[in-house]
Amino acid sequence: MLRLFDVIDEANIPWLMAAAERLHTAFGAQLIDLVPSYTTLMLHYDGLQLSEAQASERVLQALKGLQPLAINDSGRRHELPVWYHPSVGPDLEALAQRAGCTVEQVVDRHCSRDYPVFTLGFTPGFGYMGLVDPSIAAPRLATPRQRVPQGSVGIAERQTAVYPLVSPGGWNLIGRCPLALFDRERDGYSLLKPGDRVRFVSVDHAEFLRLGGDDASMEPNP
Amino acid sequence: MSMLRVEHSLGFAQLQDGGRFGVRHLGVTQGGALDWIAQHWANWLLGNPLDACVIEIPLGGLTLKAEADGWLALTGADLDAKLDQQPLRPWQVFAIRSGQQLTFTQPRSGVRAYLAAAGGFKANPVLGAVATVMREGLGGLHGDGKGLKPGNQLTYSAQPAVSRKMPSEAIPDYKSPVTLQLLVGAQSSQFSGDSLFQLFNQHWTLDQRADRMGMRLTGPALRYQGDALISEGIPLGAVQVPPDGQPIVLMNDRQTIGGYPRLGALTPASLARLAQCAPGQKIRLQPISQAQARQDHLALLARWEP
Repeated sequence: MLRLFDVIDEANIPWLMAAAERLHTAFGAQLIDLVPSYTTLMLHYDGLQLSEAQASERVLQALKGLQPLAINDSGRRHELPVWYHPSVGPDLEALAQRAGCTVEQVVDRHCSRDYPVFTLGFTPGFGYMGLVDPSIAAPRLATPRQRVPQGSVGIAERQTAVYPLVSPGGWNLIGRCPLALFDRERDGYSLLKPGDRVRFVSVDHAEFLRLGGDDASMEPNP
Repeated sequence: MSMLRVEHSLGFAQLQDGGRFGVRHLGVTQGGALDWIAQHWANWLLGNPLDACVIEIPLGGLTLKAEADGWLALTGADLDAKLDQQPLRPWQVFAIRSGQQLTFTQPRSGVRAYLAAAGGFKANPVLGAVATVMREGLGGLHGDGKGLKPGNQLTYSAQPAVSRKMPSEAIPDYKSPVTLQLLVGAQSSQFSGDSLFQLFNQHWTLDQRADRMGMRLTGPALRYQGDALISEGIPLGAVQVPPDGQPIVLMNDRQTIGGYPRLGALTPASLARLAQCAPGQKIRLQPISQAQARQDHLALLARWEP
């Protein structure tokens, strides 16, 4: 486990991406998996071919003189369409009430900035993004839902994400994205990668359906 | 080409290989046979690559019918298997004739049986592996993460590379007391001294909540005294401790990152043993050094060398 930082910060990402690139090169075929998170990189190497001392030495050499990746090199920018509506975002109205503003204002604020993808995890293609405007931050639900539909867009504290698959989940749901975030037939599989940037764009019901979205509505309460 | 047809299945029996690698940074889990030692033996008996695709059969509830003659090997749990009406002991290669029925009914010893076929069962890999992960909808016979269902047809080679006999001293006794070895690490130093003493000196009990993702142990509450963690990558076998103080061993289908403090990780051989434990099983934990664990692991792998 390589610990590079102590706190979550967007500025960590280009450093973590640069370190991941160097480690991929340094370990080559002896690299089994490299799992980046907010502040760490978990390196899984072939322990039958490399001793712990050899691996440590290789890490030190690889990270010598490390420079962060330029922001444009660290990832792509995506525009993700979202239909923001209570029938697919059952927590949208409660979140507006909590923020003391209208539903439209919640949508405007959620769409008002680019969010970096800090890391992927939880389910395939689930990108942890942030940070949302503090006024629309909200704690996780006390009782997670058993079944969150595919494409659901959620907020937990100041993080935001799209659920790529049907799964349980405790985030506040505010809308639904019609795009496939994870596709086993697609090159690279996951639409999002750590270091990418995402801008949410509000679309109406007709556009959501035209883009292939499923508008099956949800029960308002978990 | 040989073929088996699934006649009856509760949906839990599934195709597994050595697991899915190089995609964990996308949030995709590892998968693969839980008792990888039994899987290796099953493949070794037929001269297959050791991580070739097998059927992992938890508890039973599976009936297969041969649609052509073939050679199979059975290892792992004793699930009271029968070939037509004749009892079939695990840990051997056997021939199956077209029309014969192979059934797995109930566990008599251990939990998971492994059925290997000459050349391995054939299925198209998804993201580099056949490993079935139901939660992710990845892998398995049709790539969609589903377990075996009635009507599924499983194909494999007509002739095995070899037909070996199991060295009798290598057959495990799943009814023997269970001691699992823990490589102490991660945040272990931030647990209370009393907790670390309890960890290695009390019995643990495997909970009902035990599956391919994680196995929960119940016993004395362990107390973590450090700060809250930022989520980070989780290695196979990690022993994490949520706020209720009851440890969870994270298995092949674990989430890729997580934020609970960890005591370290179980050795690969201990994970294979844990995969054969039923809920209620008493378990002891024992610390092991990195060097000893590596030496034991290499000695184990050497058993399958040609």
